[in-house]
Amino acid sequence: MAKIVIDGIEYEVNPNNNLLQECLSQGLDLPYFCWHPCMGSVGACRQCAVKQYRDTEDKEGMLVMACMTPASEGSIISVEDPQAKDMRERVIESLMISHPHDCPVCEEGGECHLQDMTLMSGHNYRRYDKKKVTHRNQYLGPFINHEMNRCITCYRCVRFYDDYAGGTDLSAQASHHHTYFGRHEEGVLESEFSGNLVEVCPTGVFTDKAFSSNYARKWDLQTAPSVCTGCAIGCNTTPGERYGSLRRIVNRYNSEINGYFICDRGRFGFDYVNSEERIEAPLARKEGQLAVVPKGQLQSAIDTFQGSDVIGIASPRASNESNFALRCLVGDENFYSGISDAEHEATQLILSLAKDSAFNAPSVRQIELADAVIIVGEDVTNVAPRIALALRQSVRNKAKELAEGCNIPQWQDAAVRELAQHDRSPLAILSSYATRLDDIASDIVIDSPTEIANIASAVANRISGHAPAASSDEASVAQIAAQLIEAKRPLVIAGSTSGSVSQLQAAANIARALNEKRGDVIDLCLLVSEVNTIGMSLLVNERNSLGAALEKISNGQTKKAIVLENDLYRRAAKQKIDEAFQKVEMLVIDQLPSATTAKASLVLPSTSFSEQESTYVNYEGRAQLSFQVHRNHAAALPAWRWLSDQQSGDIESLINRCAEEAKNFDKLDDLLPDLNQFVAGMKIPRQSHRYSGRTAMKANLNVHEPKQPVDDQSVMSFSMEGIPATKDSAVLGAAWSPAWNSNQSISKFQEEINGDLKQSHVGELLIERNETGSYLSLDQRPNNLNENLQVAVAYQIFGSDELSAKSNTIQERMTDAYVALSPKDAKSLDLNQGDSVSLDGNGNIAIACIRSKMKQGTVAVYCGDNDIDRHSLGTTIALSKVTEAKMKRGIQGLIVSDLCEEGY
Amino acid sequence: MVRLIVDTLLSQVRTLWLVFMKLFQKKDTVEYPDQQPYMFPRWRGRIILSRDPDGEERCVACNLCAVACPVDCIALQKGEMEDGRWYPEFFRINFSRCIMCGFCEEACPTNAIQLTPDFEMAEYVRQDMVWEKEDLLINGTGKYHDYNFYRVAGKKIEGKDKGEALNEAAPVDVRSLLP
Repeated sequence: MAKIVIDGIEYEVNPNNNLLQECLSQGLDLPYFCWHPCMGSVGACRQCAVKQYRDTEDKEGMLVMACMTPASEGSIISVEDPQAKDMRERVIESLMISHPHDCPVCEEGGECHLQDMTLMSGHNYRRYDKKKVTHRNQYLGPFINHEMNRCITCYRCVRFYDDYAGGTDLSAQASHHHTYFGRHEEGVLESEFSGNLVEVCPTGVFTDKAFSSNYARKWDLQTAPSVCTGCAIGCNTTPGERYGSLRRIVNRYNSEINGYFICDRGRFGFDYVNSEERIEAPLARKEGQLAVVPKGQLQSAIDTFQGSDVIGIASPRASNESNFALRCLVGDENFYSGISDAEHEATQLILSLAKDSAFNAPSVRQIELADAVIIVGEDVTNVAPRIALALRQSVRNKAKELAEGCNIPQWQDAAVRELAQHDRSPLAILSSYATRLDDIASDIVIDSPTEIANIASAVANRISGHAPAASSDEASVAQIAAQLIEAKRPLVIAGSTSGSVSQLQAAANIARALNEKRGDVIDLCLLVSEVNTIGMSLLVNERNSLGAALEKISNGQTKKAIVLENDLYRRAAKQKIDEAFQKVEMLVIDQLPSATTAKASLVLPSTSFSEQESTYVNYEGRAQLSFQVHRNHAAALPAWRWLSDQQSGDIESLINRCAEEAKNFDKLDDLLPDLNQFVAGMKIPRQSHRYSGRTAMKANLNVHEPKQPVDDQSVMSFSMEGIPATKDSAVLGAAWSPAWNSNQSISKFQEEINGDLKQSHVGELLIERNETGSYLSLDQRPNNLNENLQVAVAYQIFGSDELSAKSNTIQERMTDAYVALSPKDAKSLDLNQGDSVSLDGNGNIAIACIRSKMKQGTVAVYCGDNDIDRHSLGTTIALSKVTEAKMKRGIQGLIVSDLCEEGY
Repeated sequence: MVRLIVDTLLSQVRTLWLVFMKLFQKKDTVEYPDQQPYMFPRWRGRIILSRDPDGEERCVACNLCAVACPVDCIALQKGEMEDGRWYPEFFRINFSRCIMCGFCEEACPTNAIQLTPDFEMAEYVRQDMVWEKEDLLINGTGKYHDYNFYRVAGKKIEGKDKGEALNEAAPVDVRSLLP
């Protein structure tokens, strides 16, 4: 800690940071543009000028850029100095010279950092009377709007998109006052993190296109702290609602998980909530058709699904509460897993590894600290995108180390990058196809799934001789092993989505070997596919797999089943499910119609993630509470409510009961905000104090305004009144602070810049690590050595997740199911790029996608939005060309590095 | 005692006289509604939405009037025309809540919402005091005749390309090497 003096007041600061960061950490207002808490300083905008004095004798002082000056011991600075203020005012005046007169028709208006900083700096009149520079805009795809006139050339967009997120198709072009930020030609922004440009850009150059088509100002959005349900990471988000529809999702800061950024699936994959297809009322089968159940008959219809022979099938996308309520209803023995058998097996292994004290499940922040990484078989960018972004930061640890050696502070972003050039920390990727992280990888091995497991075993064996013997002629094994041994903080990544337990086992062996060799706790990041796969699996008995449930049905041991928020056609082969459904009467609870609801005898509508308060457990076993944002205006109820007695009770008592009764869940009730801190019974408002239109929005229906809806379930209220979020509230929805209307106001809520939030919860790690384990022997399935091709399963960020794939915005980026294969295999099968291909000749049709880096003899199958029945595919398949197949979307939107363009 | 009686009588007579003399003075009472009072142009009465000099809707649905409104009686939703203009899909004022403070007019960046000298807004049914855009939108510029927001704004709309707004240079050619 160092002591510095700012405007005559002494502060204790961290000398490793710059003055701007420390001024903001101390809660002072100092305008800035180009600096970003996560991206360091480049000193481009000159906005954060302050006066620095040599010593107490120095009365003159000199102007310095706060973001480029270290907060070293004994510094004396002045933020309020008239000369410094004058400089800041002039700087913003010149930045604003060509800014258009657009604020009323700009989506950023009202949450614009440029507006805030202009006001803070005191500039109010354009004295320059010459012409404004203008620019043409570009089409940047379905996510992002481009309005280049508004640019103030702070370079934040390219620093995020290129330097931070590894994008290649956005760049700064031309020079001086002609500087242009865009693509080399119009087209879809390729990066999976392009949506963050909306939040990174301090003005309205990049705005949210989907939000613009259904727009409301920030102050008009009803918000609450929520958790993204797009994948197993559980990024924190703030969804916003207006006039009964969900309008947008923005990032919500969580120091342990997502920090300042989320992926495009999380940001744009929500509008299924507003879908017209949502199930609005309870439906029962009458003469073969589903019809709305009359109110009086509903309870008796539900009551038929009670008794000791009713089984319940859980869901990885339902909350802990819903799964727990189902378990309470049907009993432990009759409560079955809702994921495919292969995934169930992998998840059980992940859970046993999660209890092992030799490992640590790293949070996203901890992943950024890793300085040697091996990924075994996972396509991280498409399965858990935010972790891919963290891995891009982890390879920069080499650069940071070099900078430390040269005495360059870490926040000197441009200098650190210049110094390191292309020197990166090692990242080894073992995969069946080229991934989106290949550009930063030090070693890339592309091979068949079985061979990947073998190579990973060889790495483990190389690290420690105690690991099961495995031999591989892969040249990089020794190098990868050495890198992992030498690293300060190695990280092993694997997961259940690769579809191969042996890869998971091999990855665990690498981590175990590292633990044995190094003696420290090893970061082992095991990914699962859905938001609550871990939470659901913690509630289910190990032997209660979905296969066991289907067997019970086909044996006739049960005639009735309750299926919770799950389309079982995505979980097992269609033929098996069809057979089972003929023998069972089903109660299905879900939000949207699916192939499963179509077979149900009773369908109950459930609320979406933004319409209920719930908890989810992410890949590391971290439970997080997500609040209700808005009400469902149809008859939908949270699934747990349908499953509880008389549909009553409140969520808090359910969470408390779950914490008491369910094993591993004892910390769940710690997530609930402490009710004792509320002043005079006031709740936390979901609406901002500027929320508009309260007495007019429903006046067309009835001029007598309805009472504000009461939320007796939650610590939050559907109102503008209550404890102001800026002061005492225990939860933080949309960040706002006086003079800070943009998302940059988050600094006012942090303990220090990039630290924890003062009033928020980073979640509770549920699983205790107190067991010791041993090496696993690889469970290699026998490979039928025939002419067929080995199958690896591929994922796409836009399409593989069930619910986000129902969102219109995401659908614009989705592709059809495809089979990726090597040029040689394509040639021998006489396939051209884009041809339709039949898989095993059983009706599954995909598009041939010839990729130059595929291993000959291996194909990667992407199943689309369950367009291909993935569970009916074996470990090997035969392909044949079909001529008359009509595909919906094609694969033109596919973003991979090694597509053979020839003939396409 | 006598003095008191005389004073009282005289006072009565004086009062009668003064009232009688009022018969010959100009009347203050206005025979409303047969006779209409003069309303000052800046009187804050019934709210209208105006059009720009080209006859297009001035309102760009920026929501500033709604947020400025102290009684929250304005609600609207932004929409976007095919030509690129923003417009309110619906625009509703609940006049039974409106206090005619004029904050909306002050907040309006396009001179679209204006208060007029009309005050005759009484209704027998309160529901009739909820006005929609069709009721508010007039066929004229209101008090401000010349202002057209899109001539000043940088946003491109049909008929006004980039660089054609007031005080704008032609769009930059990014590929040019000239200084």
